[in-house]
Amino acid sequence: MNGFRYLKNVTTLRFNPERCNGCRLCLQVCPHGVLEPAEKRIKIGDADACMECGACARNCPTQALQVKAGVGCAGALLTGWFYRTEPTCDCACRSAAPVKTK
Amino acid sequence: MPDTPRDFSIPQPTPLGTKLTWQDYWGAVKVRWNWGRGNYAMQPGLYSVNEPDADSIVLLSSNYKLSLDMLRKHLGRMKAWVLVLDTRGINVWCAAGKGTFGAAEVVRQVKSVQLAQRVRHRRLVAPQLGAPGLSAQEVKTGCDFEVVFGPVRAQDLQAFVEAGFRATPRMRRVEFSLGDRLVLIPVEVLGHLKLLAIVALVFGLVDGLFRNVYSVNHAIAGALTAAFFLALGLFAGSVLTPLLLPWVPGRAFSLKGAVAGLVVFIGFGSIFRTVLVWTPLVAAAWLLLVLATASFTAMNFTGSSTYTSLSGVKKEMSLALPLQALAAVASLVLLILVRFR
Repeated sequence: MNGFRYLKNVTTLRFNPERCNGCRLCLQVCPHGVLEPAEKRIKIGDADACMECGACARNCPTQALQVKAGVGCAGALLTGWFYRTEPTCDCACRSAAPVKTK
Repeated sequence: MPDTPRDFSIPQPTPLGTKLTWQDYWGAVKVRWNWGRGNYAMQPGLYSVNEPDADSIVLLSSNYKLSLDMLRKHLGRMKAWVLVLDTRGINVWCAAGKGTFGAAEVVRQVKSVQLAQRVRHRRLVAPQLGAPGLSAQEVKTGCDFEVVFGPVRAQDLQAFVEAGFRATPRMRRVEFSLGDRLVLIPVEVLGHLKLLAIVALVFGLVDGLFRNVYSVNHAIAGALTAAFFLALGLFAGSVLTPLLLPWVPGRAFSLKGAVAGLVVFIGFGSIFRTVLVWTPLVAAAWLLLVLATASFTAMNFTGSSTYTSLSGVKKEMSLALPLQALAAVASLVLLILVRFR
């Protein structure tokens, strides 16, 4: 990675090797190089670099990868607590942007 | 496609240039300063770049104009179709997090622009950061197009295509360079002004309190003083911490902010002494306010960062938020104590 490290031992990313079919699409979509090839499958190499974006789990055809995905955003959590909803970026739900036709 | 008769039964794509005009750059500056940012959207649908044909590449993008500008300015002479999804004017990564950049919308757009009648191949190139919301499998099932995840950055797109739709490991990594962080600072700072103005007012109201009378002059002076220290905290948390992110100690952003706040407070210390009544109690009160502000505003930068996780932010907030609130309240209580001593 590029030198940035966030908190250790917090990620909810889980890998079940028995379900993995070795398609390795997860290796392509992970933005932080968390996953590594291992024999015919993959393994979690750098769990602390995981930002729980959910790209790997979303594109895993066998649900071998699972993660409680969400935005790592304090503002979203505050908004969520305030309005008693799931964490949500206020920037988006307040403004359903009207479309410019140009 | 010379002399191909135009088929008016299918919707016509909108031509899209690859050179940005000064209006595009000015638009980018404006949204970076939070001016009309919620309204910087393009019409979703199919766009054509450099007169593409039935074999040209199809690129997916969001309808946030800043995202689309970033993509098209890197296309050069590449012939391409750009299928712009309706992400409510939100950038690709954030929209993917919400699911608006997702398989359902891709399938809907592919059908609505009748893409299968326009191109011979069945391949869509998605930006890699669309992956959190976009399941390649669901797109395949929904409209029989194969999704290929391209590089993170549009600037690597040509190299990716030339390499036979293969990305190098570097193209797959998200970074967070000084420049990346710098452009985010104005929106961060502006986003905090309302809350901090309210806090300054509260401090001012308290400063007007006396045993027998209420002094409006003291209230105004108190609010201005508080505003100064809040601005100092904001500078530490929303400007210094993002800029110096790799070098500010601590992993938790709230901790980084507090460290930056302490440094700034010490750095400006000599100024306070010449302007304000500066007893240890007063100093402690303002230090607490600066620390609380810096820590809170830095913690908010997790939302702009490219590597913080929901679990991590939850963990740091559960500890930091009570401490920040405590520090702010303690600051106010100390200032009241000073007043009534």
